[in-house]
Amino acid sequence: MVDIRLASEVPLFDIVADSTEPKHLVTPGSLITKETGFMRGHGTYMQDDCLYASVAGVVERVNQLISVRPLKSRYHGEIGDVVIGRITEVSQKRWKLDTNARLDSVLLLQSVNLPGGELRRRSAEDELSMRQYLKEGDLVSAEVQNIFNDGALSLHTRSMKYGKLSQGCLVKVSPSLIRRQKTHFHNLPCGASIIMGNNGFVWICPTLHEDVAGGFVQNLETVPHADRQAISRLRNCVTALAQCKMMLYDTSIMHAYDASINAGFEIKDLLLPDKITEIALMVRKQFEMEKE
Amino acid sequence: MSGTELLSDQGLRIDGRKPNELRRIRCSLGIFAQADGSAYLEQGNTKVLAAVYGPHEIRGSKSKALHDKAFVNCQYSTATFSMGERKRRPRGDRKSTEMSTHLEETFAAAIRTELYPRSQIDIFVEVLQADGGNYTTCVNAAMMALVDAGVPLKDTVVSCTASLVKDTPLVDVNHVEQSGGSPELVVSILPHSGEIVYMSLTQRFHIDHLSKVLDTAIKGCKDIGVILKEIMKGHLTKLDTSLQAS
Repeated sequence: MVDIRLASEVPLFDIVADSTEPKHLVTPGSLITKETGFMRGHGTYMQDDCLYASVAGVVERVNQLISVRPLKSRYHGEIGDVVIGRITEVSQKRWKLDTNARLDSVLLLQSVNLPGGELRRRSAEDELSMRQYLKEGDLVSAEVQNIFNDGALSLHTRSMKYGKLSQGCLVKVSPSLIRRQKTHFHNLPCGASIIMGNNGFVWICPTLHEDVAGGFVQNLETVPHADRQAISRLRNCVTALAQCKMMLYDTSIMHAYDASINAGFEIKDLLLPDKITEIALMVRKQFEMEKE
Repeated sequence: MSGTELLSDQGLRIDGRKPNELRRIRCSLGIFAQADGSAYLEQGNTKVLAAVYGPHEIRGSKSKALHDKAFVNCQYSTATFSMGERKRRPRGDRKSTEMSTHLEETFAAAIRTELYPRSQIDIFVEVLQADGGNYTTCVNAAMMALVDAGVPLKDTVVSCTASLVKDTPLVDVNHVEQSGGSPELVVSILPHSGEIVYMSLTQRFHIDHLSKVLDTAIKGCKDIGVILKEIMKGHLTKLDTSLQAS
């Protein structure tokens, strides 16, 4: 059966604002303040002693520092963030990764754990066999170690939880939809694991076991059918929440997952616009109930 | 077509507008999931899609990378079905290439490229229906897409056309007025500072007319700027409330 509908029939997902306080929203070029003594942060610029916005977004003020946070932008890295990236290039002593940042990130050979102990010296042979560990197109989970002067990120995988990703499903969303949390690795009760990269890349895979994760070993055993169904349902839930611009974190994703099962939706149903709206509304209702 | 028909005795234009009246503007932001920013803009019957990718690592030849600022790459294309007469190819002809270069120059002036050394920003615009003022609608649509992508701009760039019929300046000309033999002035400005970043004139007229035609065009730009800003704010509020609600 094919589902055909007019664009005008697609239900709109509009939330009426709770109107807590009117937000200070600005557009590029608009004046933020004429007063002097403020420091200019990201998304602002100074001209003739006046502070102007350079992006459209919300004005945020911390003491004397004024910055404008765009509601949607490329990934702006911070040290300690968990990211997921795809290898684009293997070069001298380093891999280049696409992490949705404004420049490709760098994973140095010295900041990965090679098989055979933490304190192993990196020899010229390791350099030659870099492509055996990670090659173009591979997906890697890593942590931001440093930010170079030009803004490029330097990553490391010096922990067993980071490393090459094997079987699973990658969903790309806007980085602003990922909520910052204590941990970005979750073993969900529905039989799948999820890695919420701060850069907006979400990795959904069969449940990770502590002893297998990390390094460069890929587990290519066949994933059971039930696990694959759980993964696809999660994937569709994540895209549904992202389409309705709802924040993504373990609780919201689990709410969406449970709601889709309780409502009796099939996995493929979750791609339909009206079902997406329904899921988003149910998740929102759930949050409101918990608040009370 | 003679100039007398373009402006009736009652002072109304061929589509019923007053000389200083803009066409209806409709716009929606964030229409593509893949692109970093996107916009769809209608000015009357001129309809344009714009998509922005980046700032990202330079793809293709690395020699294009600039060590101190971002490289802006634009592509102007017209759908084959956009005009009365079917076009053979959507881009690559001399006119489209020229338009792309103009867009690149305009946006290199408006984007704060110095913040993104060694990066690239791609802007793609596609004219779906051409009814005059194609370039101006493309500039406005591309600007909206850049705002949606969160790319830092010095100021919003807005663009508008103006023409002169029977010594009366007309703002935001449509296809009939454009091809009616009257001169067309295209202006892109940064509305807050009033700086002109692009200006072109299709044919000669007496220099005495220039100031009033230019003023009309700039007034049109500013009016469009106000409308687009409202649309941006509406979009931001909607996005912000749904992010806050969850």
